[in-house]
Amino acid sequence: MSKSRFVVARTSDVAPGTSLRVNAGGRDIALFNIAGAFFALGDRCPHESGSLCAGKIVGFAEADEPGKYRLVRDGEFVRCPWHGWEFDIRTGKSWCDPEKSRVRAYQTGVTSGSDLVEGPYVAETFKVSVEENYVVVEI
Amino acid sequence: MNAPLPSVTGAQKIGIVDCDIHPVQRSAADLYPYMSQRWREHSEMFGPHIRQGLTGMQVYPRMMAAGQRADAYPAGGGPPGSDLDMMRAQHLDAVGVEWGMLVALSKGGMEERNPDYATVLSHAVNEWQRHDWVAKEPRLLAGVVVPQEDADFCVQEIQLRAQDKAFKQVIISPRSAEPLGRRRYWPIYAAAQECGLPIGLHPAAFSGGAPSTSAGWPTYYMQEHYGFCTGMQGNIVSMIFEGVFERFPRLKIALIESGFTWMPAMAWRMDAAFERMRKEVPHLKRRPSDTIREHFWFATQPLEEPENPAHLPEIIDWIGWDRLLFSTDYPHWDYDDPRHCIRFRMTEAQRAMLFRDNARTLYGLP
Repeated sequence: MSKSRFVVARTSDVAPGTSLRVNAGGRDIALFNIAGAFFALGDRCPHESGSLCAGKIVGFAEADEPGKYRLVRDGEFVRCPWHGWEFDIRTGKSWCDPEKSRVRAYQTGVTSGSDLVEGPYVAETFKVSVEENYVVVEI
Repeated sequence: MNAPLPSVTGAQKIGIVDCDIHPVQRSAADLYPYMSQRWREHSEMFGPHIRQGLTGMQVYPRMMAAGQRADAYPAGGGPPGSDLDMMRAQHLDAVGVEWGMLVALSKGGMEERNPDYATVLSHAVNEWQRHDWVAKEPRLLAGVVVPQEDADFCVQEIQLRAQDKAFKQVIISPRSAEPLGRRRYWPIYAAAQECGLPIGLHPAAFSGGAPSTSAGWPTYYMQEHYGFCTGMQGNIVSMIFEGVFERFPRLKIALIESGFTWMPAMAWRMDAAFERMRKEVPHLKRRPSDTIREHFWFATQPLEEPENPAHLPEIIDWIGWDRLLFSTDYPHWDYDDPRHCIRFRMTEAQRAMLFRDNARTLYGLP
C-alpha cells in the first residue's frame, strides 16, 4: 500500500526537547524534536491509551549494581503520563519489553515550503508558506 | 492541530460509579472560608498537615509527578484534582462517570497530629466538599473525612453529615495510631452503623507511628505502594478478631486502593486458625471468611495485571462478583481507565455489577 505524506507542523512549532500532538489522516500522532531531529509516534500508550505527548521526556537510568547508576540517552525516551511506561522516541519500543510493548513509529522528514507547494503532500490543517520549513509524516 | 487532552474515547456502554476520586485544594486557603480566624492564622504560621517533620513533603519520592497523572495539571495553575472543569472534561465526561465518590485525602485531619487542628481541618474539608464540589457537580458525592484518633469528635461530625444526602460514607485512615479493631475506634463504627454509612478505608501517605510494612520502614516508593495491601490486611485481621463485626453487625467496610486478590488466601488462613484456636477469641461466633463475605467490599484500582488476564476472574469468583467496586483513583498516576483496564471476559451481568450496581447498592445511590 502506498504511503501518504502529511504536513503536520512548522519546524519552529516543536522546540528541541519538546513534543506536539498533531493529527495526520485522522490519526493522533505525538511529534518529538530531539536536538533538531524529528520523530513521530502514535499518540496512544499500548497499556491504557494515555496520550504520550503529555508525558515527560526523559533519559534512561542504567545501573551495573545497586548504588552505581548513570543517566544515558537523556531526552530520547518518553514516559507515559499515567503509569510511567517508557518508550524510545526513535523507535517506539519499550526498553523493558521491546518485542511486545511498542507504539507505532512513523517516518518523518523536513521539507521546505517551496518544495511542498509542488506536492504530493497533504497539508490538512494550515497553509504552507514558501519561506518556512515543515515536518512531514509518512503514513 | 494541538489538542491538550485525549479526544478519542471508546464506546462506554453503561454509566459507571467511580469509587475513588481525589479532590484537592488549590492551596490551604481554599479551606479558610470554613475555618475560624484563629485556625487560619495557625495554618499560615505553622503550616497544615503535620504528622511528620517536613510539612508538604512526601515520605517516599514518587516516580510520577509527585504521584499524579502528569497530564492532569490544570492550565490555570494548582495541583491535579483542584479544577472541577478539568475533572469533568478529562475524567467524568470522558469515561462516562454516573456517580463519583470523593475521597478527600491529605488535609482532612486524619493525618494531623495536633488534635484540635485535626477537628478543624475535618470540619472544613467536609464543608469544602459540600460547597465547592458536590453543590457544583451533582455527579459527585462526598465522604465524611474524620480524624480517627478523636472518636468523640468523629461521632459528632458523622451525625452532623449523616443528615446531608451529599455524604455517602465515612473515611478514616488505615494508618491509624493503633490497629483499627481496637476499642478506641468503636464509637466511630457505632455512629457509622447507626447512620447507615459505610466506612471507607483508603491508604494514607503519613502514618500514626507504625511503619507501613511489618518488616519496618521501606526503602523505595515501590515497597510503600505494595504496603497498601499488607497494611490493610493488618487492619482487617484486627477488626475481625477483636470482634468489631460481632458488636456492629450492620457495619459495612469499603477497602479502597488496597487490592483484593490477596483476600481469598488471607480468609483461608484466618479460617484455619479460627477452627483450631477459637478459644482465644470466644466472642467470635462466625468464621472470618463469613464475616468478610458479609461486611467487606473492594475497590478495583490499581487492578492487578497478571500475565494471563483470565486469572483475575477466577479470583473474583472466590470473592464474589457482588463485592467489587470499580474505581479509577483520578487524578493519581496509577489511574485505571474503565475503557482499557479490564482485560478479561465478563458477562453483561458481571459488568453491570462491577462498574455500577455494587456501588449503588452499597452506598444507596439512585
